[in-house]
Amino acid sequence: MKDAVEEQTDRKAWMSLLAKAPEGRISELLDATVSRPKFTWLRPPEIGSTMVRARAGAAGAPFNLGEMTITRCALTLEGGAVGHAYIQGRRKTDAEAAALADALMQTSVAPQLQRDVLTPLSEELRARKSARAAKAAATKVDFFTMVRGDD
Amino acid sequence: MYVAVKGGERAIENAHAWLAEERRGDKDVAELSVAQIREQLSLAVNRVMAEGSLYDPDLAALAIKQSRGDLIEAIFLIRAYRTTLPRFGASKPVETAAMACDRRISATFKDLPGGQILGPTFDYTHRLLDFKLAADGDVPEAPERATEPAEVPHVADFLNQEGLIEEALFDDTEPPDLTREPLEMPAARALRLQALTRSDEGFTLGLAYSTQRGYARNHAFVGELRIGSVPVEMDIPELGFSVEVGEVILTECETVNQFTGSKTEPPQFTRGYGLVFGQTERKAISMALVDRALRWEELGEDNVGAPAQDAEFVLYHADNIQATGFLEHIKLPHYVDFQSELELVRKLRREAGAAAVQEAAE
Amino acid sequence: MDAQTLTGGFAEPAIHAAHAFRSVMEAMARPGKIHEIDGAEPPAPLSKAGGAVLLTVCDRDTPIYLAGALECDAVRAWLAFHTGAPIVGPSHAMFAIGTWEALGPLSAYPVGTADYPDRSATLIVEREELGEGAKLTGPGIKEVASLNLPEIAVFQDNHALFPLGLDFIFTSGSQLAALPRSTEVS
Repeated sequence: MKDAVEEQTDRKAWMSLLAKAPEGRISELLDATVSRPKFTWLRPPEIGSTMVRARAGAAGAPFNLGEMTITRCALTLEGGAVGHAYIQGRRKTDAEAAALADALMQTSVAPQLQRDVLTPLSEELRARKSARAAKAAATKVDFFTMVRGDD
Repeated sequence: MYVAVKGGERAIENAHAWLAEERRGDKDVAELSVAQIREQLSLAVNRVMAEGSLYDPDLAALAIKQSRGDLIEAIFLIRAYRTTLPRFGASKPVETAAMACDRRISATFKDLPGGQILGPTFDYTHRLLDFKLAADGDVPEAPERATEPAEVPHVADFLNQEGLIEEALFDDTEPPDLTREPLEMPAARALRLQALTRSDEGFTLGLAYSTQRGYARNHAFVGELRIGSVPVEMDIPELGFSVEVGEVILTECETVNQFTGSKTEPPQFTRGYGLVFGQTERKAISMALVDRALRWEELGEDNVGAPAQDAEFVLYHADNIQATGFLEHIKLPHYVDFQSELELVRKLRREAGAAAVQEAAE
Repeated sequence: MDAQTLTGGFAEPAIHAAHAFRSVMEAMARPGKIHEIDGAEPPAPLSKAGGAVLLTVCDRDTPIYLAGALECDAVRAWLAFHTGAPIVGPSHAMFAIGTWEALGPLSAYPVGTADYPDRSATLIVEREELGEGAKLTGPGIKEVASLNLPEIAVFQDNHALFPLGLDFIFTSGSQLAALPRSTEVS
């Protein structure tokens, strides 16, 4: 049995992963493994923004950098599980899919969702990151000394 | 003076229709898609996001298309759209130390942990027009080198270990927000940084250049310039914890500036900071130089009267939407104002003429 | 999180908020006139009208002070989900809600500054019922209006601060009426 802190850490991790999925990808993976359950909107998808903050000198006092678009929604399944989504961009269908996945992760189909939705999303994210890092690494400068001035 | 007049509706409608047609241009040429603009004019998209102060590449691309490539007009559209969005919250300060770097260079240290990563830069191109691009051409895949994505430490941290650079003191006060409260002087650094990150690139570049040419000279080196993506994490009040809602690409520049000491501070290096949405390195470097020049008072330096030291001058003129709004309104009808000026000049001339006649008579 | 606290918001946010805003605006423009406001199903002890006003005018930029019995988990959670507004003490509040007894003393609330008279609090006073009472005159009232007020002198003192001062909304069930600082009370 997991304690409350662990449950919260897990949920934070999967919500963060769902938020970074490319457009349409959650629906593809979700619909391939489960049929969508009935749900009621607590908050239909709505588009807004969040103010992105940063720190002066990367480590000092916070300042407001600018906003980014966000889509959020909340829904409840017939069994009572509540799913939330807060995702970047203006993507109502993706927000719905993310909130459904969040709700389903609190039900008995969680292991199946972990295997068929979250694990693939996580692997795809890592692959995108690695590909970009590999291109950056190829532009890393290897210095070699041609002439040294003293003696 | 303002007087409401009616008329010209038909003319305005027809002007809009012609504008739409001109925007489309020659219909024998394929139409640009928003995705094409987003992918192939990405630096223009980045500028519109940075100065529009809203991170959304698709919206910025749409604005560029609608504005026929007039970036200030596109920024205007984004600013206007932004005001219609409900704000759900504010993020935690982004951790640029954890940035997945596409580019990371230092002009102060050759060998540094993490290395010099050039990234997709124009720096070493020869600035010769590439006529191959005029014809369609496949672009080969860029080479890759196997690596594990890893965090790259900040250059300032190395100087900090020796105590040679002023420390960025950690602080968690709620920052002021110029999109909510009007800009007031004196402006705290947090407010100055917000104004600078959304400021006009050309204006900020010009000011930064003026500091290099001797107006408030402070010998800036680019301690570090990095471009890459960082996650954005925000507290969700109804959940009671925070989640990452996405990722943004940022350009960060930290300058290391010579500082001979002041009444309050020993000789050491000081810092200027630039952080801007997107791949926007000219702007980020400019911002860092202007930020440093504006810090003269808190560092106990002399005000030499340079434009870049004058916070009121810099911050009240850096916003291109404010500037263009006020500038361009003078082309709109001012018939009544001008009529009164005309009357005045005629009257003065009559009086001057009468005086001359009287003088000649005496 | 309990799904109960997540329900009871405006079912059609754009339409309900627009209607509710209209009610609040009309009430402020016609001091003392009683209006209906609905669309919200807030948790007890918050009234429907009080809940609808908060949903309409509050978001995360408008700190709220919850006075007395309204300072409870159910109301806090409901407001967090539907408005995101921070809950603060009276001196930092832009809006405050509670019974007249719980809200006092009024000296705790910001009344604005000479440069920015709008940086003042609006108090939402939950009443047993709204009806006739004190005589109201001033902007927005043709001759004289009437509204039952919990006291008289306090509102006269508040009016004397004009252009500074507090604004009041009185709520009961699904009804509301307003008393802006510009209204004279006798």
